[in-house]
Amino acid sequence: RMGQAVSDDTYGHADGEGEREGDGEAEGDSKADASEVPPATDDTPECLNKALQGLSSRWKNWWIRGILSLTMITGFSLLIYMGPIMLIPLVMAIQIKCFQEIIIIGYRVYHSYDLPWFRTLSWYFLVCVNYFFYGETLADYFGVLVQREEPLQFLVRYHRFISFTLYLTGFCVFVLSLVKKHYRLQFYMFAWTHVTLLIVVTQSHLVIQNLFEGLIWFIFPVSTVICNDIMAYVFGFFFGRTPLIQLSPKKTWEGFIGGFFSTVIFGFIFAYLLAQYQYFVCPVEFDSETNRFAVDCQPSSVFVLQVYTLPAIVQNVTRWETVTLYPFQIHSISISSFASLIGPFGGFFASGFKRAFKIKDFADTIPGHGGIMDRFDCQYLMATFVHVYLTSFIRGPNPSKVLQQLLVLHPEQQLSIFNALRSHLREKGVLTE
Amino acid sequence: MRNSSLQQTVPGPRSLHHTLFYQVLETDGEDRLGLTGEPDGEADGDSKADTPEIPTSVDNTPQCLNKALEGLSSRWRNWWIRGILSFTMISGFFLIIYLGPVMLIIVVMTVQIKCFQEIITIGYRVYHSYDLPWFRTLSWYFLICVNYFFYGETVADYFGVLVQKEEPLQFLVRYHRFISFTLYLAGFCMFVLSLVKKHYRLQFYMFAWTHVTLLIVVTQSHLVIQNLFEGMIWFIVPISIVICNDIMAYLFGFFFGRTPLIKLSPKKTWEGFIGGFLSTVVFGFIFAYLLAQYQYFVCPVEYDSETNRFAVECQPSELFVMQEYRLPAALQNVLRWKTVKMYPFQIHSVALSTFASLIGPFGGFFASGFKRAFKIKDFANTIPGHGGIMDRFDCQYLMATFVHVYIASFIRGPNPSKVLQQVLVLQPEQQLSIFNTLRSHLQDKGILPPPRPEAQ
Repeated sequence: RMGQAVSDDTYGHADGEGEREGDGEAEGDSKADASEVPPATDDTPECLNKALQGLSSRWKNWWIRGILSLTMITGFSLLIYMGPIMLIPLVMAIQIKCFQEIIIIGYRVYHSYDLPWFRTLSWYFLVCVNYFFYGETLADYFGVLVQREEPLQFLVRYHRFISFTLYLTGFCVFVLSLVKKHYRLQFYMFAWTHVTLLIVVTQSHLVIQNLFEGLIWFIFPVSTVICNDIMAYVFGFFFGRTPLIQLSPKKTWEGFIGGFFSTVIFGFIFAYLLAQYQYFVCPVEFDSETNRFAVDCQPSSVFVLQVYTLPAIVQNVTRWETVTLYPFQIHSISISSFASLIGPFGGFFASGFKRAFKIKDFADTIPGHGGIMDRFDCQYLMATFVHVYLTSFIRGPNPSKVLQQLLVLHPEQQLSIFNALRSHLREKGVLTE
Repeated sequence: MRNSSLQQTVPGPRSLHHTLFYQVLETDGEDRLGLTGEPDGEADGDSKADTPEIPTSVDNTPQCLNKALEGLSSRWRNWWIRGILSFTMISGFFLIIYLGPVMLIIVVMTVQIKCFQEIITIGYRVYHSYDLPWFRTLSWYFLICVNYFFYGETVADYFGVLVQKEEPLQFLVRYHRFISFTLYLAGFCMFVLSLVKKHYRLQFYMFAWTHVTLLIVVTQSHLVIQNLFEGMIWFIVPISIVICNDIMAYLFGFFFGRTPLIKLSPKKTWEGFIGGFLSTVVFGFIFAYLLAQYQYFVCPVEYDSETNRFAVECQPSELFVMQEYRLPAALQNVLRWKTVKMYPFQIHSVALSTFASLIGPFGGFFASGFKRAFKIKDFANTIPGHGGIMDRFDCQYLMATFVHVYIASFIRGPNPSKVLQQVLVLQPEQQLSIFNTLRSHLQDKGILPPPRPEAQ
């Protein structure tokens, strides 16, 4: 059975392979009074098992992890190739899976399987919150399509009210479902559901908003985090000596710093490679004529090569006077830095969570890697950071959204805004009327 | 609850609690005439808890009141104390309204901070978490962060002119989200670094507890403030309606109550519920009529940057202008009136009253369930006779969110100054295209004269 005994060799996370959540702690706590959460049985496909039968368990584990990693990266690249239309369902699917994994952990921790209504309610709240967020984004990006259809117009205009009503219904059903002996459990599960929604759903929507800015704002952060994972592991494996943090005994300062530098360099180069293609760089637009997503535009100034004068010191060293870079590459440095320095805190948080509830992995979905949440725990902080970074430093508000709001105002308000805008444009010399 | 690794407090002997005014779950609701009805018929069965009880603190009634009411029996004494405090709170409310928006905002902030403190204190007691390293500091730090984020968003809209004048404020506004996010992240990293080996689960519980509390308390207090900026009437009327529903439901229940409403609150009755609903609708209708006549209540709150004060002066929107409505034929026959003059706002008040009476109580049931789940009688002892601030405000929270959503959906569109702000931040090409679209839109509507040849 997976999970309790640290020395269990099937996945051998604890005996040195695990680059992530070492369980030196779990050993001491295995005499838990808290219920342990036994994960499901070994999920490795039969074919892989047969092929690797001969090897010792340690190498077998390496191979499984390696093959699965390669499979995931290949799959990721394939989905990118297929475009936004596949990426959005992918993000949704991951979100739903993560939500399910965390909720199941909650059920197991609290033995809440037999609570009346609770499964239904949790999924209902997931649907509500998703409806709210998707409605907000869709209304902006699919503006033209929405204008055409009558029922859609109604849904958009009263979107907040409808979402609120749906949520309230769930809330009232929850209150009505409170059962005498289970009050505390039910409140715990209610809070558990809401915190999970807060973490998982909001951030998956930030991911999708990043995606609409341009595929590069989705691909690049995700790749940076993956690279940091791998590099930190490799550096830790070869040079690791000083432990980094009590929570994850297998992480080392050497891995951390080595991962940081190599990620920055990788990011710099990868940014250069990606920034050349319109496919990655342009905002995703919905073309209402062809009813498809299109990525076609004049690349913004961030993705146009510019010449920078090097500071004098660097000039003496490298004997170059100027260097031609994409401005995006400079942004890539800050994104990589965040991924290497702060991103791991998301991983520590998840480690702490797993220790707190005495689970080894979030689930067993991916053989050798644990659940979907295990792969994505660092990504969440990253997605939020990229979104905040985008809105603060790269782009302003979405023009079509602003126009939508303008058209809804009263005519007098529109007129006053028109006049203010006209004088502003005249001052700037953009308008020559 | 799987906290068996912690020490369990054994509830003290009954006599210890006997002299105190509130708390003991065993003495039934005699000394807590359930105005909002959280009696503890349930708690009796559960008092043999394996989970710790939360002893509330000592009697908070001021000495003067105690002396004045010494002679009466405890039941009437309780009535008087509740009555006096109710009256005091309502007077205080009116006084603060008179003092204006500045005081109201401060009051909302204070209530928010007190509610947050009450809920967090309950969390500490439930989990004996007083000695967790850093945790108090972190909870308050997160409160400040989230408040900073929300206030920054609202302040930037409403104080636009003031912000434009000052350099450092401009910087803070432009990068507001980034700064808030950085502050929050710092707290998050501190939390991760503060995780202590034996206390992981506790710390995660408190972290989640803090965040859920923030979600409930802080977001909704900001919705209250946004409602307030729409016009004080959107603040006063919902709160008054909820208070009225409380009082009316109690009175109807007291005089006519027979059929229990819900297991969670055994003292609530269907008669009280329905009577409260009808009387609240009537009260709301009349109260809306009274308030809608005054500019002071009806106008959006503006910040006047010259006088550096809040001003409430405007042309009342059409909601607050008397209109004539034709009565449907059936009513015409009954009342022998053809038309009736009303403020459109009064019709909206019916919707607000309906929500407050039918759905608002669910907020109260939620709080009752919460108190039962954690075996507490009141959230705190701040108000003698009434419990804590949360006890008074539990129904208000759903109401505030509803009013905000209602306003955003049915009453007003986006805030014009905010839209202008956003337009001015865009790139010049985008501004130009919006300008052209807007111009043709206005020309179509006939507000702007049609295009004429260039002349300068």
